[in-house]
Amino acid sequence: MSIETPPAPAPAAGPKLNHIGLPIVDYQGAKSTLCAGCGHDVITNTIISALWEMGVEPHRVAKMSGIGCSSKTTNYFLNRAWGFNAVHGRMPAVATGALLANRTLVTVGVSGDGDTAAIGMGQFVHLLRRNMPMLYLVENNGVYGLTKGQFSPTADYGSKLKTGVVNDLPPIDLCTMAIELGCGFVARSFSADRKQLLQILKAAVAHRGLSLIDVISPCVTFNDHPGSTKSYDYGRTHEQPLHEIGFVPEWEQAAQEVDVPAGELMDVPMPNGGTIKIRKVGRDFDPRDKAAALDLLRVSSAKQEFLTGLFYVEPEKQNFLDLLNLGPAVLATLPESKTRPSRAALAQIMDELK
Amino acid sequence: MSQTTTLPGSTPAQKPVPDRAPIVNECSIQVGTVNGSGSQTANNTLLRAIFQMGIPVSGKNLFPSNIAGLPTWFTIRANKHGYVARRKEIDVLVCMNADTAVEDVKAVAPGAAVVYEDTLGLDKHRTDVVFYPVPFQKLVRECCPDPKLRKLVVNMVYVGVVTHLLGIDLAEIQAALTKAFSKKPKALTLNLAAVDAGLAWARANLVKRDPFRVERMNATAGKILVDGNAAAAIGCMFAGVTVVTWYPITPSSSLCETLIDYMKEHRIDPDTGKATFAIVQAEDELAAVGMVIGAGWAGARSMTSTSGPGISLMNEFIGLGYYAEVPGVIFDIQRTGPSTGLPTRTMQGDVLKTAYSSHGDCKHVCLYPANPLEAYDFAMQAFDLSEMLQTPVFVLSDLDLGMNLWMSDAFPYPEKPISRGKVLDEAGVVAMKDWGRYKDVDGDAIPYRTLPGTPGEGKAAYFTRGSGHDENGRYTESPATYVRNMDRLARKLETAKKTIPAPVIESAGNKVGILAYGTSHWALIEARDQLKAERSIATDYCRVRAFPFTDEVRQFIASHDRVYVVEQNRDGQLLGMLRMDFPELSMTLKSIRHYNGLPLDARTVTEAIASQESPAVAKNGAR
Repeated sequence: MSIETPPAPAPAAGPKLNHIGLPIVDYQGAKSTLCAGCGHDVITNTIISALWEMGVEPHRVAKMSGIGCSSKTTNYFLNRAWGFNAVHGRMPAVATGALLANRTLVTVGVSGDGDTAAIGMGQFVHLLRRNMPMLYLVENNGVYGLTKGQFSPTADYGSKLKTGVVNDLPPIDLCTMAIELGCGFVARSFSADRKQLLQILKAAVAHRGLSLIDVISPCVTFNDHPGSTKSYDYGRTHEQPLHEIGFVPEWEQAAQEVDVPAGELMDVPMPNGGTIKIRKVGRDFDPRDKAAALDLLRVSSAKQEFLTGLFYVEPEKQNFLDLLNLGPAVLATLPESKTRPSRAALAQIMDELK
Repeated sequence: MSQTTTLPGSTPAQKPVPDRAPIVNECSIQVGTVNGSGSQTANNTLLRAIFQMGIPVSGKNLFPSNIAGLPTWFTIRANKHGYVARRKEIDVLVCMNADTAVEDVKAVAPGAAVVYEDTLGLDKHRTDVVFYPVPFQKLVRECCPDPKLRKLVVNMVYVGVVTHLLGIDLAEIQAALTKAFSKKPKALTLNLAAVDAGLAWARANLVKRDPFRVERMNATAGKILVDGNAAAAIGCMFAGVTVVTWYPITPSSSLCETLIDYMKEHRIDPDTGKATFAIVQAEDELAAVGMVIGAGWAGARSMTSTSGPGISLMNEFIGLGYYAEVPGVIFDIQRTGPSTGLPTRTMQGDVLKTAYSSHGDCKHVCLYPANPLEAYDFAMQAFDLSEMLQTPVFVLSDLDLGMNLWMSDAFPYPEKPISRGKVLDEAGVVAMKDWGRYKDVDGDAIPYRTLPGTPGEGKAAYFTRGSGHDENGRYTESPATYVRNMDRLARKLETAKKTIPAPVIESAGNKVGILAYGTSHWALIEARDQLKAERSIATDYCRVRAFPFTDEVRQFIASHDRVYVVEQNRDGQLLGMLRMDFPELSMTLKSIRHYNGLPLDARTVTEAIASQESPAVAKNGAR
């Protein structure tokens, strides 16, 4: 699916507008240069839809990434936003700095499994620990694409490369790690399950802390063959959705039409507005129960199951910026009158040093 | 047996030190203690009292990389001429560390005074110095009832003894202690009593036999005592820094720690009670500088502070900052490398690495403060330069400047408004018509930038990347575009030359020039006087205060027969940079290098230059 599709000729009524009056074309980006059929392009498209449906103002978005195929994708959505393609594995620090400077930025971080779980692990765990208010999406295909197909640390035990090389190390489970380190929004999805991913992304945008979304996103060139556990075929035949999930923004609360079929619904209201709606599929699972989430993931990863859905959500969790006693004004643009202390202050300091 | 001065009434020693004329306001005091024994307050009390008597003074703490137990030395130099560099010769030694006492005694200058715990029996090791045995343990038992505190309080007993021997004004000692313990009245009382005990005992029992004395003079009026890290912190605060990220490392930690204290006091908005800053202790230096880059990109005045090992880790990000043109200020409080090196000793060891930091072709603006006033002033200039040039800027201090107390003129309030550089809002972008993030509109190689979050329809948005990009920030691998961009980045440094701190040049038409930078300056002042007075070698002097080198530096070198580049590293790092920039002047440049971890002293410079200037020794002496 290509994202550079020109806007459909407007019907007489004009293009469909979102909550803040913008057409979806205002959320699109440059033409993707990834391989045809790459799972990442589907994710890019879903991000466009999620941000559009959520009515995020494009100019307020900071698109942050590191290095790798996944990191390139921030260029393929939201041309009206600022992007920063930083250094390999260090996007968390750059995003943290940007948020310190301007806490009003809607920060969308896109990373890959190598960028996050290998070179970037050091920064990733501290981003989780700080609970920076941003979306952190891992486009997880188990291999390094740009360097032609080496295993990454999320490759499953026993998974095979095209060359026949078998991965003999256990995978790092980003979701388990995120929950243990205090992340308040942890989900896994599959790029071929666009419907689920869209709802999770919308809920993540509404979350006021760090949202980690681990999206299994097949690499069509290096990891889409039999023997791979990150291929489209493997994903389609093994995905086990934990539940059906929907997100209803504040302004749609009154509307009856919800993307979740009626049934046994669980409502998770989000403090900044909107509600996550969850319908059980088989198991009894409340994503607000941290212990249950960790138990579930422990059992599921031991079996190398491909479980998707919202594993853990803690809507009220304080984020890092809440701890800094910051005012509403953006630090980056504070006037000199606020950032340079007075003559009297300097005189006092000089007195103390005499 | 060879004790030269003992209790009253005892017989003179076998080889008495001849009575010498008093030497007033010219001595180096060294206190040898055990790390973690709490001697810092005692030493600073002596230092501050001498300072308040109007006598130029400096203090240097030579400490180990250790929390407690290893030897540490503190030297205080009082000098009526204002020479405050480290001096090798020690005139007054206080031995509080049994482990190093013998070596310490062997190292002092002939005629020195040695104060020591009487049970150490040091007097058998020298016959040419004046010994003052003091029953420190007995005195501290008497004045400090709590045995647990005696290890700390005994230091104040030597303060009392030294106060008596040197003639320090007791009122100034009391004032200094009152300042140090302003919030701890009980501790103040205890420490004052210990000073009194030492002083009273010394008065009653010691006969002054050494010539060293201090007398009130008037050379410190209006001055402050401050370490370079605190000075830089004050500069950062008045520069309007808004985002500070750091990772603890000696000798840089106290810069950010002091900054935190000052910011909490002076940068809380009185109207709202909210902080006008964010300070984050990062997980490592990679993250610290990454946050600086992220914050600088989003428009904050951002900084970090580190030392050599941190700089090594930061290299990749610094290249990103340079190539993507993101401002940020990096303080490097240099210590002795390579690797962990001597982490509590000083060096000008990162001069070359910072100037060209990161892979590919990089060149960075570096500022070299020599004193606290410049640490303060250059901190402010660094933020302005960084935002004006849209590039990371380094401030290179060192352990000697950063962690030792220096006399300084009080810092003047900045008269120039803060300069935030070329930042456009959306209307500005529209007005410029074909704005591109990396277009050189003004011919100064500096483009216009916008900040993420700028309101409007997204016309001001652009994409930042560390990969090849054109004038609009779009990805490209075009050879011509790459060259055009790199050449513009090089031209930015030409623009920088117009605004960076100019070299300080003292030129009187001499044939011999000296070129130095940073803390080497203090030894140079004294060495030039020594060269002139003792060897009749008159010198001109150029103190470089920034990289890139301006034409004034080139002209200074070109107008002398020989220029000695004095620096505190093994490889002549700045010398190499000068030779790279001015290859035609290579043969004029000579090198004087000092790299043993101790601050540079004048005698080392004087001897090195004299040996090269004198034909007799030049044959085998010159390096």
